[in-house]
Amino acid sequence: MSLPDLAENASPWLRKAGPEGDVVISSRVRLARNLAGYPFLTQASPTQRRDILHMCRRRILDSNLAQRMLWVDLSESPRLDRDILVERHLISRQHSRGKKPRGVALADDETIAIMVNEEDHVRLQVLRSGMQLDEAYAQADHIDDTLEAHLDFAYSPKLGYLTACPTNVGTGIRVSVMLHLPALKLTGEVDKMRRAAKDMHLAVRGFYGEGTEAAGDLYQISNQTTLGRSERQILRDFAEVVIPRVVEYERRARIALLEKRPVVVDDKVHRALGALRTARLLSSEEALYLLSAVRMGVSMGRLDGVSMAGINELLLLTQPGHLQRMAGVAMSGAERREFRARYIRRRLGG
Amino acid sequence: MKCDRCDNPATVHLIEMTKAGQKVEKHLCEEHAIAEGIAVKVNHAPINELLEKFVLKHAGTTMEPTPLTCQQCGLNYEAFRKTGLLGCPDCYTAFEGALASLLERAHEGVAHHLGKVPAHAGANEMRQQRLRQLRQELDQAVAAEQYERAATLRDQLSQVEEEKA
Repeated sequence: MSLPDLAENASPWLRKAGPEGDVVISSRVRLARNLAGYPFLTQASPTQRRDILHMCRRRILDSNLAQRMLWVDLSESPRLDRDILVERHLISRQHSRGKKPRGVALADDETIAIMVNEEDHVRLQVLRSGMQLDEAYAQADHIDDTLEAHLDFAYSPKLGYLTACPTNVGTGIRVSVMLHLPALKLTGEVDKMRRAAKDMHLAVRGFYGEGTEAAGDLYQISNQTTLGRSERQILRDFAEVVIPRVVEYERRARIALLEKRPVVVDDKVHRALGALRTARLLSSEEALYLLSAVRMGVSMGRLDGVSMAGINELLLLTQPGHLQRMAGVAMSGAERREFRARYIRRRLGG
Repeated sequence: MKCDRCDNPATVHLIEMTKAGQKVEKHLCEEHAIAEGIAVKVNHAPINELLEKFVLKHAGTTMEPTPLTCQQCGLNYEAFRKTGLLGCPDCYTAFEGALASLLERAHEGVAHHLGKVPAHAGANEMRQQRLRQLRQELDQAVAAEQYERAATLRDQLSQVEEEKA
């Protein structure tokens, strides 16, 4: 696997819809760790920064964490490659835009991504399709154990794993679930969900995390508390309380919509598919909006001949970085809109 | 309308009934309302604002920040306040007092780690951890009136406590 290959297809884990795939797009677990005996990155000297990078890189690549691991040296890679990694949720925007020595190790199926020298020395994440938090955590925990056998992570009995930002201290865990909630959005109940999540100290964000709008009715719910609650407790909250409830509300809202206003639903869904099949110019926001409506139609059984996996794939491949890699040239916003519309027409048989 | 205590505009208006049944009106600015314990600052203040308050608190009445500096990495508290990022693991000790309330607010009032213990931390730490976890679960079970579960947890607790002995 190399970076150019990446842009041709959606992430392998995304191509198959996982458990609760009608509502849950993906599950993600991230652990933040820092090497003991070194300063955090804000105070690390250039030499220390390089030492940390080399040490972590060697440990990660020597650990047989996946069949194949690819190392990407981000200070050497072109902007477009980094954009593609951000679009695939393999690195953060912050990591993409950094200036200093840093990198990321990726498993060939893209379920594992380990950022080195982001905000913390090591940020390891495991991604799974659908609702698979337990599986994702089990793997993240295993990777953590494997790395820890050779690396000494900063830890205090009172505060747990020590992180650069005190809001991550303790378990250093961030559990995130990406949800597609078009019916709750249509019925206006999504705000209720937001408030309920806030009461449980959970953050609700858009497609691209912090500070982003919920484009395409995609919402990301994640924990904020990392101290005083164990990994298991946090996972249990998600798996037994939060996610099942949101999934149930969304499904109920979809059924209610179909019972009360089937024509409205069909109109929205078919109109969206029609626009995708015929448009000559599509911005990424509009594409996301239309794809979201089509995805809802597919999951509600209102559309034939369009697959959920295909729509999931388009959600990713029609983003700016991926389009430019496919086109093989850098494109302006206007050129991208045209290329995006053409690509979607071809994929959806317009 | 002006605040009863100063010239700032009053934003908090309150009508109280005294024991004698008399009505007492209060019109206060936010600051004096907080001072009187009537209004409360919003709980989920942004991190920068929280940090600012800690610095001011530690600086006493002057606006100058206390020259709190981590001896290990040289980071001063003012720099942390600006970025929200600490300089090294020892900063947690160096800024312990100032960080305590921040941690409490960021983490639902809890100030002690519960969860994974690295292998190198040793068996004793693992046992402490297990005890803390069991105690917390026991409290929750009792609160939820799950008495059977509570009994099982109590047994587990004494088992772990005996191991220690």
